[in-house]
Amino acid sequence: MYKKYTAMAVGIVLAAVSFVASAADLKVGFIYVGPIGDHGWTYQHDQGRLAVEKEFGDRIETIYVENIPEGADAERAITRLARQGVGLIFTTSFGFMDPTIKVAKRFPDVKFEHATGYKRSDNVATYSARFYEGRYVNGQIAARMSKSGVVGYIASFPIPEVVRGINAFMLGAQSVNPDFQVKVVWVNSWFDPGKEADAAKVLIDQGADVITQHTDSPAPLQIAQEKGALAFGQASNMFEFAPKAQVSAIVNNWAPYYVDRVRAVMDGTWASQDVWRGMAEGMVEMAPYTNIPDDVAEMARQTQAKIASGEMHVFSGPIKKQDGTMVIGEGEHLDDQTLLGMNWYVEGIDDTLPQ
Amino acid sequence: MRLILEKRPERSRWMPFLSPLLAIGLTLVVGGILFAARGLDPLHALYVYFVEPVTTWWSIEELIVKTAPLVLIGVGLAICFKANIWNIGAEGQLTAGAIAGAAIPILLPGWESPMVLPLMILCGIAGGIAWAAIPAFFRHRFGASEILTSLMLVYVALYLLDWLVRGPWRDPHGYNFPHSVSFESWQLLPTLGDGRVHAGALIALLVVFTLFIMMSKTLKGFEIRISGEAPKASGFGGFSRPRTLWFCFILAGGLAGLAGICEVAGPIGQLQPSISPGYGFTAIIVAFLGRLNPVGVLLAGIALGISYLGGEAAQIELTGVSDKTARVFQGMLLFFILACDTLILYRLRWIGTGLATTTPKRGQA
Repeated sequence: MYKKYTAMAVGIVLAAVSFVASAADLKVGFIYVGPIGDHGWTYQHDQGRLAVEKEFGDRIETIYVENIPEGADAERAITRLARQGVGLIFTTSFGFMDPTIKVAKRFPDVKFEHATGYKRSDNVATYSARFYEGRYVNGQIAARMSKSGVVGYIASFPIPEVVRGINAFMLGAQSVNPDFQVKVVWVNSWFDPGKEADAAKVLIDQGADVITQHTDSPAPLQIAQEKGALAFGQASNMFEFAPKAQVSAIVNNWAPYYVDRVRAVMDGTWASQDVWRGMAEGMVEMAPYTNIPDDVAEMARQTQAKIASGEMHVFSGPIKKQDGTMVIGEGEHLDDQTLLGMNWYVEGIDDTLPQ
Repeated sequence: MRLILEKRPERSRWMPFLSPLLAIGLTLVVGGILFAARGLDPLHALYVYFVEPVTTWWSIEELIVKTAPLVLIGVGLAICFKANIWNIGAEGQLTAGAIAGAAIPILLPGWESPMVLPLMILCGIAGGIAWAAIPAFFRHRFGASEILTSLMLVYVALYLLDWLVRGPWRDPHGYNFPHSVSFESWQLLPTLGDGRVHAGALIALLVVFTLFIMMSKTLKGFEIRISGEAPKASGFGGFSRPRTLWFCFILAGGLAGLAGICEVAGPIGQLQPSISPGYGFTAIIVAFLGRLNPVGVLLAGIALGISYLGGEAAQIELTGVSDKTARVFQGMLLFFILACDTLILYRLRWIGTGLATTTPKRGQA
């Protein structure tokens, strides 16, 4: 009994303290997998948080926790935010999926938004971006700019997101040059400047004169600049790291979505949903085109506009798998379900997919 | 007047116990100064950091969840280090245990029986032992340094896990994302309280108690201590060095494997590419902080657990404190522990300047 009263007393005091402390209408929490830093995946999510602060000012309060490992720790960090009276929590990495679902079950009044996952419930929504649209544009530029006709692709892990990116890049390149070659190096990390730099060197030594990456560090761009090759930034505009090498960068812009969802909670219109947005909604943006001639930049801009307007679909047929089997014919395009589970290469990629 | 460091005639009786406390005290003082330098109220900051994690039931439960694997691994390592056996590869043994234990729910998903969980735990222990047996074998047979072999095997285990969850053991309905199927209720450890504390914590307590008795009251404990402190004497006494080597590796490997299966069958509930935030390495710090004594390891594990939880709380409740603060605190704590350990063999003395020339120099005494 005594214990129970103590717990209650502590609870009341804490509740009182948090009531006094938060004058804001809504607390919004963010769980980050990495450090915020000044570029990359987590940085872009934090830009979204700052946009929310700017939009709503004193009416909301934001809280974030960075560097949360994807394991038993994630559930605790999310629980902590929920217990702090946070009304809307963004969990910004795929590995937070099950912890988010578990915590959401215990806190039915708190709303959750999980990035890049596929498990939902009444109070858990999911969102992701069609980064592959940007990769198609990159592929077209690479095919126009490459003299050797060989591009080096630094990839992280063979999950559908990454495989889809490689395929989109290849389809973009093939639309310009059907004989185009893509060489892939798997570094098995999202962020490892040393390995990424080594991979870039190896690829350039093998004849690649354009480098693209699905990893988070600017190291490959810096190597490309050193060796006189071109490269594409990832997640953030990485121009400052390699002003002579960066052609463009796929920029993850979460800000409009975060602002929308915070507003939905404040209006009482929030509902669980699954969105996958791309260039049309501005979730995927291209950094300014640099180090390429005007006509190539113009082509890129046109493709961008076509994708955004829905006139063009990146994965439209005919598409063949690596072994030559036809996936989809002329005039059709792959549905989202197929894209989400993509674990095969399109024809022409010089690599076997690690299984 | 000046302060000199003077060698003690014999080991201090009290400093081995006082030094961690002194180190914690110094960490708090320097930490307070750091917080003050950041413009925060140092007392409030230290309260958020070190006291608040133990003021609510849920965070005490979380502390137990965080501490249990550190303690399980830490006690095993403490005994290895006591015997002068440098098993640095507990992270790999943890991973091997998690893989071996998780094999049952992944390969036999439909087998529902009360036997499943005990068998998973036994497999976990066996997996850890098997992984630890490799460096033990190389050490015994070829005299290879166990520091290198055990450490290198960490990466082999991590990549094996990585390959399994991205390849053959991938959840067939998981859109090719790298994780196994989620374990079912009968494949998960029973939980206590709010639902996060699992049976692994009780096992950890039991292990600490057993090993404390073993080290302080049994011949085996004596054998391990003497084997580390005076290998020659231990040989003359009829103790076998290889036997100690195997015993320590099997014990530490088994405990690390147990910690591994308790993580995947406990808070995580599936196999995934990252199952441990470096528990196997942090446990090395825990073992030394606990003075290689099982009860000390328990306390050290709690102290380190608080520093993690406090670091997270500080990010949320104090403005301008990043997650690096937790690491700064852990670093300071270790630094001060090592520094204060000097006082076990040396003592500080004020001496007058006039006498300086007649004072025996360090080491001469």
